[in-house]
Amino acid sequence: MSVANAGTDEVLIDCQSLFKVFGDKSEAAMKAITERGLGKKDVLRDFSCVLGVSNASLKVRRGEIFCIMGLSGSGKSTLIRLLNKLITPSSGKVIVKGRDLSALSAVELRQMRAKNIGMVFQNVALLPHRTVLENAAFGLEVQGVAKTERNRTATEALEKVGLGDWLTRYPRELSGGMQQRVGLARALASDPEIILMDEPFSALDPLIRRQLQDEFRELTKSLGKSAVFITHDLDEAIRIGDRIAIMKDGAIIQTGTAEHIILNPADDYVAEFVAGISRLHLIKAHSVMVSLADYEKIRPGADLGTLIHTSPSADIDELITLMIRSDQDALAVRENDRLLGVVTPRSLLLGVKGESPNHPAHA
Amino acid sequence: MNPSELQFSPGAFLAPVVDWLNANLHPVFAAITVVIEAVLGAIEAGLLFLPPFAVIVIVAALAFFCVNWRVALLSAFCLGFCLVVGFWTASMQTIALVAVAVLISVAVAFPLGVLCSRHKMLEMFVRPVLDVMQTVPPWVYLIPAVMIFSLGRVPAIIATIVYGIPPMLRLTTLAFNQIRHEFRELGSAIGAPPRAILFKIELPLATRTLLVGLNQCILLSLAMVVLAGLVGAGGLGAEVTRGLTRMEMGLGLRAGLAIVAVAILLDRLSRGLLDRGPMPSAP
Repeated sequence: MSVANAGTDEVLIDCQSLFKVFGDKSEAAMKAITERGLGKKDVLRDFSCVLGVSNASLKVRRGEIFCIMGLSGSGKSTLIRLLNKLITPSSGKVIVKGRDLSALSAVELRQMRAKNIGMVFQNVALLPHRTVLENAAFGLEVQGVAKTERNRTATEALEKVGLGDWLTRYPRELSGGMQQRVGLARALASDPEIILMDEPFSALDPLIRRQLQDEFRELTKSLGKSAVFITHDLDEAIRIGDRIAIMKDGAIIQTGTAEHIILNPADDYVAEFVAGISRLHLIKAHSVMVSLADYEKIRPGADLGTLIHTSPSADIDELITLMIRSDQDALAVRENDRLLGVVTPRSLLLGVKGESPNHPAHA
Repeated sequence: MNPSELQFSPGAFLAPVVDWLNANLHPVFAAITVVIEAVLGAIEAGLLFLPPFAVIVIVAALAFFCVNWRVALLSAFCLGFCLVVGFWTASMQTIALVAVAVLISVAVAFPLGVLCSRHKMLEMFVRPVLDVMQTVPPWVYLIPAVMIFSLGRVPAIIATIVYGIPPMLRLTTLAFNQIRHEFRELGSAIGAPPRAILFKIELPLATRTLLVGLNQCILLSLAMVVLAGLVGAGGLGAEVTRGLTRMEMGLGLRAGLAIVAVAILLDRLSRGLLDRGPMPSAP
């Protein structure tokens, strides 16, 4: 299964079995976890420590939007703070652009954060005594960029998020959605390759949230940035993310594209989560088609040339429209003049239910 | 056992300490005296250099531009009152004493307050000390202060500082504790060095509460400076003391009202700055 739109394969962030234990006896607890494999409950009972992140590994590639989805208390906010070392992991490695964060000096770490990793916070954290422009330029200001230059860069960033007319206003004069755009502009102004988004849109009303989700995705893609996006909302993760990691109790249970997770949920927890998600725009032709050989068995001698053609990335919604329009009960899936498979009414209906004709295990 | 034998007499321990300090650290105290006297003298000379009317006009103009016309009018009225009741020089002396005491109190209390907010252990030690400093009757400080610095303005300043530090320190700690965690996180996340986090994030966000602390520090210092008239601090306190010792109702009342005028002046000016200060952080 191909990974949709993941950019190049260069890995920007590489986390290797991260653990974070909070509490006074965290070191002893960490030792017990590695030696005896204690779980979250054991650690709390035996050491009164909280296991925030447990054995989390992930890779974020250049140009990719990586969503981390989990309910509150699942450790996702802790995990994202490990990525720029706002929180120091109890065990495990974070490698950003080939450099191990734990090996950096304080100055090097500050430079890494200032130049390579932007961050946007859930509650925006705009400084109330500064104008929109001064807030957006704040990152550059602490880096010691001259005033005219940082104001020019910050103005450009604000224009990108559609706030070019609000430069001299104060944060309190802005709506929640606009404040969050300033937060994004502030992160973009330093031109980092990676943007960490800590539930940035969860406090906004649904309409504004969807609008910002689309804008964020578009902007990130057009600027060629990579992003790690934290959310508790699966719809948001699906809308924004190229790949999604689902977290529970500090551990990542499953990582993959939305389509992959829906078709192959790793366990009952994930299955329950994705149960209510509409498949119409998520599952693509390449997942619901049957192979040419299988089609041959059902319809021996059928003429594939007369079928309506579609691409492997056409979603179910599109396929249904085509199927209705077709006078035959099948669609040919074709890429670069090569026939890949056939979508039949049965395979299409299986897709609507979130099952793949090629994965009978979940039927 | 006889309960009277259980008496605890801290003075019995403290007196030798003060004696020892006097005998061995005299040059240090002498140097402190010289510095404080010099600063005090300079401020006093500055305030008394211009004719009273000029000072009134300047203060009113500053109040007008920094705060508003109402505070300007009130300042002119308060200073005018001090002039009319015949205590101009004494009032300026008192203001100079308060200024020096507040300056030193803030210089001590602000950094300590910030440290207390960062290190909870330190706060645990400092807090009971502050409680003692605030609850012991103020003139009790005057005794060791006079024993070390002898009579005059310096022991008055020292005792005033002891009294002015607690409100400033407590409110500094509060101001820094109130800053939302995310703002500090923001500072770290954008790669700001600790100095920038302090001066560009924490200090502006703490300003309002810090100004409340400054206001309290000023008013409590004024109260103490007046009391310190007892040990020869001069200024309005000396006039009150004189009225008291001679049982002159008129003198005492005039001096008392002049103190009220100075208090109103200092309060409104410092509060005016507070209202003008940056807006509180968004909820």
